[in-house]
Amino acid sequence: MHSGGETRSGREPAIELRGVSKRFRTPAGSIFTALADVDLTVEPGQFCAVVGPSGCGKSTTLTLVSGLEAASDGDVLVHGKPVTGIGDDVGFVFQSDALLPWKTVLENVAIGPRFRGVARDKAHDRARDWLRRVGLSQFEDRHPHQLSGGMRKRVALAQSLINEPAILLMDEPFSALDVQTRSIMSNELLGLWEQSRPSVIFVTHDLEEAIALSDRVVVMTAGPGTVKEVYDIDLPRPRQVPEIRFDPRFVELYEEIWDTLRDEVQRAYARTAAGAAA
Amino acid sequence: MSSTDISVPAALPATPEPRSEAAARRAPRARPRRRTGVIALRVAIFVVLVGGWELCARTGVVDPFFFGEPSRIVSQLSNWVQHGTQAGSLWEQVFVTLEEAVLGFVIGVVLGVVCGIALGRIQLLADVFAPYIKVMNSIPRIVLGSIFILWLGLGVSSKVALAVVLVFFAVFFNAFQGAREVDRNLVSAARILGASRRQVTRHVVLPSAMTWIIASMHVSFGFALIGAIVGEFLGAQRGLGLLISQSQGTFNADGVFAAMVIIAIVALAAEGLIAVFERRLLAWRPPALSAQDAL
Repeated sequence: MHSGGETRSGREPAIELRGVSKRFRTPAGSIFTALADVDLTVEPGQFCAVVGPSGCGKSTTLTLVSGLEAASDGDVLVHGKPVTGIGDDVGFVFQSDALLPWKTVLENVAIGPRFRGVARDKAHDRARDWLRRVGLSQFEDRHPHQLSGGMRKRVALAQSLINEPAILLMDEPFSALDVQTRSIMSNELLGLWEQSRPSVIFVTHDLEEAIALSDRVVVMTAGPGTVKEVYDIDLPRPRQVPEIRFDPRFVELYEEIWDTLRDEVQRAYARTAAGAAA
Repeated sequence: MSSTDISVPAALPATPEPRSEAAARRAPRARPRRRTGVIALRVAIFVVLVGGWELCARTGVVDPFFFGEPSRIVSQLSNWVQHGTQAGSLWEQVFVTLEEAVLGFVIGVVLGVVCGIALGRIQLLADVFAPYIKVMNSIPRIVLGSIFILWLGLGVSSKVALAVVLVFFAVFFNAFQGAREVDRNLVSAARILGASRRQVTRHVVLPSAMTWIIASMHVSFGFALIGAIVGEFLGAQRGLGLLISQSQGTFNADGVFAAMVIIAIVALAAEGLIAVFERRLLAWRPPALSAQDAL
């Protein structure tokens, strides 16, 4: 339940990673280090974007915070408590569609409360309320395959937010959308976020999107991923995502962060190019 | 990994055909004319085959004693309908075989789905049972018919048992494979939304495996009929299989063919019912994926 991170115990961070590493065993038997010694803090109600080249372990960070996977080393804390499994107040919006194709839009949105033991009627009422908020009231009887990509993302957002998570994790949620839909969706996301202010980690490889949405941008290095630099974004809220990129301060921030990010992108690219040539 | 690799699905779920070409051919305007053409061709093939058979039998090109004759098959059927068979009324024979096949089918499907999903979801079970299932699957299951008749006698239960065994493996492998192929993303998403292991199985794994399970059901009703009829062959007091073996014993080729016709009708009717069931259960699928156009 979202009762506000502040009231929990003073001002402890909503999410904290201390010296976290994650290693996987590859099918070939060797060890692959996805994350190495990551330190990351997200304050309650903060919108934090994580950018970095592909394959730098951005998504792995999210699976650790959500409790889907355990860290190999270091501490992962949510509201000051170590993560031992999937938390109650965590929401996760995946890159690909994670809607159940055999359930209607309404059932998909209602399924979180249903899993948590809410009665059917009540869950459906709440789901209708959320569908109204994301502007999909007329589509409650459709199945996911009958919706456009943008509409499916709205359903996915409603499906996560109906559980009123205090922590919202988003893994390149809009990367499959076209550019226009994407900026509209980003704007809607900010509107929904303002209503309940969960703490967000938003993973993306799009720096523009990261700056437009967030209070803090974390730049990660090319794999094994570690935090290279953290920038605070002091653009005023509420923001209009489609227009904010013309703001001079936005351009300034973009140039500053891109300077840091560019090296990592080039390093990652050189590695894949070398891999392809070999 | 390899130790649990017991996956030999009997039937693959209907994969979506690349739409463009097929859809273009089924353009609404061309449809009615093409459809009547197809039906006319079908009828023509039937007339040529059956007429040719009748003609060959009458002119003595083939010996009707061994190969039967369509007109005599029809009169054999009407004789059975009017006067009953040696084992009793024809409907009784049909009913008994159908009862055995349906019972065997239902029990086999339920067992197959339960075991397939359980082994697909619980790694330990899969690891433990993999070799046993491989061994059991390698036994030609028709042989079990003799054992079942020894154990269960000449009545319905021995045929049901044989049908169950035949159906079980077909359904089991598909349910197992279906449970294994579940989109990991969907499972993760459901877990984060608050699903327990059981809820994941009920709301994610089972519906997702349903495509595979239903694909296997098309094949396995045929298996259930085979089980019932072969069981009756091996020893029975009633049933279509008995009718066939009696006809065979009296060198009555027309009787064998007549029984075959009845079995074909039963099988087609069952297939139609399964298709209706499939359409209802998989209504959520995009149109290109549903089995309307399947054979």
